[in-house]
Amino acid sequence: MSGAALAVSDAPDGRLVLALSGRLVADTIPAIWRDALAAVRGAVRRPVVVDAAGVDYCDGAGIALIVDLLRQPREAPVEVANLAPAYAALLRQYDPHNLEHDLDPEPPRRPAIEEIGRTTATVLRDLRTQVEFLGQATAALADAIRHPSTIRWRDVWVVCERVGADALPIVGLIAFLFGLILSFQSAIPMKQYGAEVFVADLIGLGMVREMGALLTAILLAGRSGAAFAAEIGTMRVNQEIDALTTMGLDPVRFLVTTRVIAALMMTPLLTLFAMLIGMLGGAFTMLSFGIPFVTFAKEVDSAVNFTDFMSGWVKSFVFAVAIAGIGCLRGLQTSAGASAVGDSATRAVVSGLVLIVIIDGVFAVLYFYLNI
Amino acid sequence: MEPGEPIIRVENLTAGYDGRTILENLNFEVRRGEVFVILGGSGCGKSTLLKHMIGLYEVMSGRVWIQGHDIVTAEGPERDAILRTFGVMYQSGALFGSMTLLENVRLPMEAFTNLDMEQMDLLARMKLSLVGLVQFTGHLPNEISGGMQKRAAIARAMALDPQILFLDEPSAGLDPITSAELDALIRRLADNLGVTFVIVTHELASIYAIADRVIMLDKRVKGIIAEGDPRRLRDESTDPYVRQFFHREAELAGAPA
Repeated sequence: MSGAALAVSDAPDGRLVLALSGRLVADTIPAIWRDALAAVRGAVRRPVVVDAAGVDYCDGAGIALIVDLLRQPREAPVEVANLAPAYAALLRQYDPHNLEHDLDPEPPRRPAIEEIGRTTATVLRDLRTQVEFLGQATAALADAIRHPSTIRWRDVWVVCERVGADALPIVGLIAFLFGLILSFQSAIPMKQYGAEVFVADLIGLGMVREMGALLTAILLAGRSGAAFAAEIGTMRVNQEIDALTTMGLDPVRFLVTTRVIAALMMTPLLTLFAMLIGMLGGAFTMLSFGIPFVTFAKEVDSAVNFTDFMSGWVKSFVFAVAIAGIGCLRGLQTSAGASAVGDSATRAVVSGLVLIVIIDGVFAVLYFYLNI
Repeated sequence: MEPGEPIIRVENLTAGYDGRTILENLNFEVRRGEVFVILGGSGCGKSTLLKHMIGLYEVMSGRVWIQGHDIVTAEGPERDAILRTFGVMYQSGALFGSMTLLENVRLPMEAFTNLDMEQMDLLARMKLSLVGLVQFTGHLPNEISGGMQKRAAIARAMALDPQILFLDEPSAGLDPITSAELDALIRRLADNLGVTFVIVTHELASIYAIADRVIMLDKRVKGIIAEGDPRRLRDESTDPYVRQFFHREAELAGAPA
């Protein structure tokens, strides 16, 4: 017996009889469910009997069919007859008229103007949190530097490896490609004036003053900022942050300091690496334009001075603190839910990039007034 | 399909993680329609055994027959067919956080039945009413308590009326009343629908209320140290560890019973 069947008939006493038979399971009943429902709805004033004498087997889906018939709003009763005791026991578990009783979880829709206000308030509050956190992190960092023994150095070295050493391949790749492409694209027009040797000046100054630090910072935001946010966010979801707090350990001191210190040690080194590799990429292109390594190096040496180098390198320290800090902050702000950690990582990268732009702008203005 | 015939057979199962053996050479059967409970202290491999029985992890050696099909070697459509015959409730609930409770319970129905949307909705509501959550069908998992999430997870495991239900610590974290209601529900499904239950738990009250048969694991032997009716084990077992477990005695000699 593999199917289910429905037979509708009129009893002599005026009642409508729906005879169910066969195997009432999810695979067999969709069609007879619809027919039975239509029959019951079409006879609102007549008493209905659901005769289950022919039912061989009936699982939850079959019971649902009967419950659905019982709960229809009507003027005459619906009753179930001849249902085997085992299935009747299952049917008794449900109250057909109490299945739609929802507590309202839907948030009310708000007017647009209120949404704008709320969003603005949220952005301002977030800005305030960032400033507060910056203060907190700086205080913790200063405290850690005054008492180096309180720093968890083992953690610092682990983070150093992940932030620094593990990032070498990607930083090298991007910087090399950048130098290669930039020099190639500028060498073609410069060649028309016979000035392709000055591409070395361009690459040297560009990498050292600006692009080395910027490239590294963007990669740091994408790799480590997101990683910090996800890591700390997962700890938040697992209540590890709560555990730290109730132990009397400040999460900022415990988690953030180690990461900021590691980033602060590694980012300048990565930046140096990016500057060098970028220039190497430029030098490779220039080889194909007939300019040997020695000439390239001499040209860079004459164009770039120590101030140029420092003006670019100093930025990497600030980038490091900002990106590691914002990554940790976004992690600590993680809320509940499956998508929360992903949201935090996204926010860490976006905020990191915004910060990079702002900081770079501030440095540009500063250098302009300082005539550097 | 006779009640009492073996529905799951575990043969020479050796399992563990990363080359570390946790369970060694296990053999047992679960019979159709019985409530089968896996017992043992923390870290003895109860959850590990469950995860290997449902094919979540690869076994080191041995076989797990579910209704005559070996889940260890099955692949593709055969494996999907085996997976459809049972429902699983994970220790943490494992509800999908972006879906409401109703959508969570409805998901397997959408995937594997051709019921209409209203029919699935009603069925999902009924499953949730069984676990006392009919008022919360529109809530997201993180808007309800941990115990409620667990109950919703049981409702989801029952969505397709599976013949076998695997429950990993169903009553942990539930209040006594809800826990008793859950026990009654398990008993009812087993008695009336012939559903087979494989349950990992160490709630003694719950074990006496529902279990037809238990096996007890011990990490010292990496296997089964006792098997049978829980009351008989309590009253008749001579193994000191089994006695301790059932009489809730501490490990210290001379501790009050």
